[in-house]
Amino acid sequence: MSTYSDPPSGSFQLSMLINDTRYRSYTFQFVALLLLVLGMAYLGWNLVQNLAAAGLNISYQFLGEPAGYDINQTLIPYTSQSSHWQASMVGVLNTLLVAFLGCIMATIIGVAVGVLRLSNNWIVRQLMSIYVEIFRNVPVLVWILIIMAIFIAVLPQPRDFRGDDAEASMFLNAFAFTGRGFYSPAPIFGPGSGVVVAVFLASIAGIFALRNYATKALYQRGQLIPTLWPSIALFFIPAILAFYIMGRPIGLEYPELRGFNFQGGVFMRNSLIALWFALSIYTAAFIAENVRAGILAVSKGQTEAAASLGMRPNRIMNLVVLPQALRVIIPPLISQYLNLTKNSSLAIAVGYMDLTGTLGGITLNQTGRAIECIVLLMLFYLTISLVISALMNVYNNAVKLKER
Amino acid sequence: MSDTHAQSVAFVRDTMIPEQAPPASEAGIIKWMRENLFSGWFNTILTLVSLYFIYQIVTSAYPWFANGIWTTSSLAECREALDGMTGACFSVLTERWNQLLFGFQYPNDAYWRPTLAFFLLIVALVPVLYPKAPRNMLIFTAIYPFLAFWLIWGGTILIPIVAMLGFVGGYFAFKQFDHQSFAMGLLAGVIAAVVVWWVGGFATGAAPNLLALEAVPSRDMGGFMLNMILGTVCVALSLPIGIVLALGRQSHMPIIKWICVIFIEFIRGVPLITLLFVANVVLAYFLPPGTNFDLILRVIIMITLFASAYIAEVIRGGLAALPRGQYEAADSLGLDYAQSTRLIIMPQALKISIPGIVNVAVGLFKDTVLVSVISMFDLVGMIRGPILASTEWNGVYWELWGFAVFVFFIVCFSISKYSQWLERQLATDHR
Repeated sequence: MSTYSDPPSGSFQLSMLINDTRYRSYTFQFVALLLLVLGMAYLGWNLVQNLAAAGLNISYQFLGEPAGYDINQTLIPYTSQSSHWQASMVGVLNTLLVAFLGCIMATIIGVAVGVLRLSNNWIVRQLMSIYVEIFRNVPVLVWILIIMAIFIAVLPQPRDFRGDDAEASMFLNAFAFTGRGFYSPAPIFGPGSGVVVAVFLASIAGIFALRNYATKALYQRGQLIPTLWPSIALFFIPAILAFYIMGRPIGLEYPELRGFNFQGGVFMRNSLIALWFALSIYTAAFIAENVRAGILAVSKGQTEAAASLGMRPNRIMNLVVLPQALRVIIPPLISQYLNLTKNSSLAIAVGYMDLTGTLGGITLNQTGRAIECIVLLMLFYLTISLVISALMNVYNNAVKLKER
Repeated sequence: MSDTHAQSVAFVRDTMIPEQAPPASEAGIIKWMRENLFSGWFNTILTLVSLYFIYQIVTSAYPWFANGIWTTSSLAECREALDGMTGACFSVLTERWNQLLFGFQYPNDAYWRPTLAFFLLIVALVPVLYPKAPRNMLIFTAIYPFLAFWLIWGGTILIPIVAMLGFVGGYFAFKQFDHQSFAMGLLAGVIAAVVVWWVGGFATGAAPNLLALEAVPSRDMGGFMLNMILGTVCVALSLPIGIVLALGRQSHMPIIKWICVIFIEFIRGVPLITLLFVANVVLAYFLPPGTNFDLILRVIIMITLFASAYIAEVIRGGLAALPRGQYEAADSLGLDYAQSTRLIIMPQALKISIPGIVNVAVGLFKDTVLVSVISMFDLVGMIRGPILASTEWNGVYWELWGFAVFVFFIVCFSISKYSQWLERQLATDHR
């Protein structure tokens, strides 16, 4: 740090380790390292002694043993005979599922609210700021529990759908919103459905190609090619054509009331929905503030300059304001995604079986391997965080203003 | 006026037309509404939807509030009193008020102690929060932590007094040796404090009942009091640790820098709940055999570590935002590292980081409810556990959760409003 030391005079003396700024940093680092090693050794020694006293050891053998508990919402095949490792994998996928769904919904709500907070409509502006302030200033755990309580208390139970004059009825005869969870139709892929899916994917690729071509044409030849309507057409028409040509291979399986519960269709448990909604609306309040800040950060001169070039308002938004606002918005947006993923560990409060619920909850309690389970749990979240922040650094470097 | 044009022009006006009132649609509230609420079909739809939404909320919430019952002792009685009307059973709040605030195990006749500690906290915070408050009130702020400990946990007054004397002794020893170098002063301060505590230990052992309040064990803490304790203690402790970590991360010594980087990134990468699991089940393995830490103390340790990593990042932002010239100016005055940091760098860096620190503090206060997951009975834990599970109040959702939302909103919203106010107060640059 400092460069104002005297010129070297004579040989090295021991006192220079404390008094000479050139060498003092070595002393400090040595002392810090020594203290760290001593502290670690102390904790490690305690650990060894405690484990010996409890007759335990550190081992990851338990991951291969049968878990012996059921998980009520799984994305991969799982029975109570599966191993703890598979239970953890179910948990990992459940965490990623709720994080993914939550990020999408939080972004949609957050962007909408952030833009509406800048609207010139006074009532909407006030309502949106009330929304942001209320949701930002109350713990997300409270929101999760409230939404869960509302689900259980307000929504009808499956038995209410029974009988001729049922208290509740299904929405469009396809969706049932019950206190236990949401039922919706599930697609059934018959023979030949692969072609339809392939055509659909190809048309999505086509949309991207069209947009690329349009951008290129605009930048290189100054030619404006309409993209909106062709994109919409491309999205629907080929897939629908293929669907009917192949003889309608994709059907829907509707949820049906059998006995006391619905069978068939896609079932999302109330815990998943409550967690998803709560994380989304909570994170959306933060995202809304980021979006607002990002749009406000683009100086008015930019808009005016674009207008004076004769650009129309929607082009100004697309070509001038948004690219600059996104540079401000995206880094905090991604850290909000990270927060959402970390907050999804609160699933344990409503009984949604994410990784914290399986590995850090039931597996930990059943096997008593607290240290191993928590180390794995932390490693998982740490990996996600580090991967996402590495991606964010790549992005930041890519969009950085190239100055000087 | 001449009449030059009297023949050629039929009429020449020679007085100003009096100013006309603007058309009704361009003045006053109508103009405002046209511009702000109905300036286009989309805006009109938004306005109408919002008005309908507000109408729905008000019409359904008003009778609920207005018919609220405040004085029954169970949900069944409350339903009876409501007699089929829409109405809230606020009586759960009045009947369980003490449980919501203090938990269900804190001794009833000692409720005045945490209450007093809470009001004294406000007094102690005044000189910290308002730069214009008299400076000698800071003495009370310095005494407050020990006083609050005595009030809330009880026991002999000697323990907090000895603890405080240790800090006082350390401070004087630091002053004595500070002129030699900061490190020497620090070392002398630590030694003096340890000596005082060691000697004081004998005094406490000799008179264990001097001015003793009824001792309350940590596991009896609960309710909103627990949230307040965790929030204030952890924010207060994590500030100095965060400053040290931030300085360490900015340091030019690679080993110290990497220790801090790894610590900060590790803590920021894992959810708080895993750290609370550590406090709950793992931390005991790393302590010497036979020691038995309170759960509340273990939780305070982990939350403090958690918060200090976030505060370190905020302060690092402040340090990075400081112009390079400030560091160079301090060096050119011949100040050493400790002096320049204390006198030049930190005051400015902290000022820049105030909004961030407040954000972390609000976030931390909200995160204290997570302790309910590891079966501690804070406000949320009380609502989920003893109150909703009791036979009297099973099924009262809106009133209880509404209360939790209200309490947290009031605290967090006022903290963030305060930080905006302080930012304006501290803005000494000219804009």
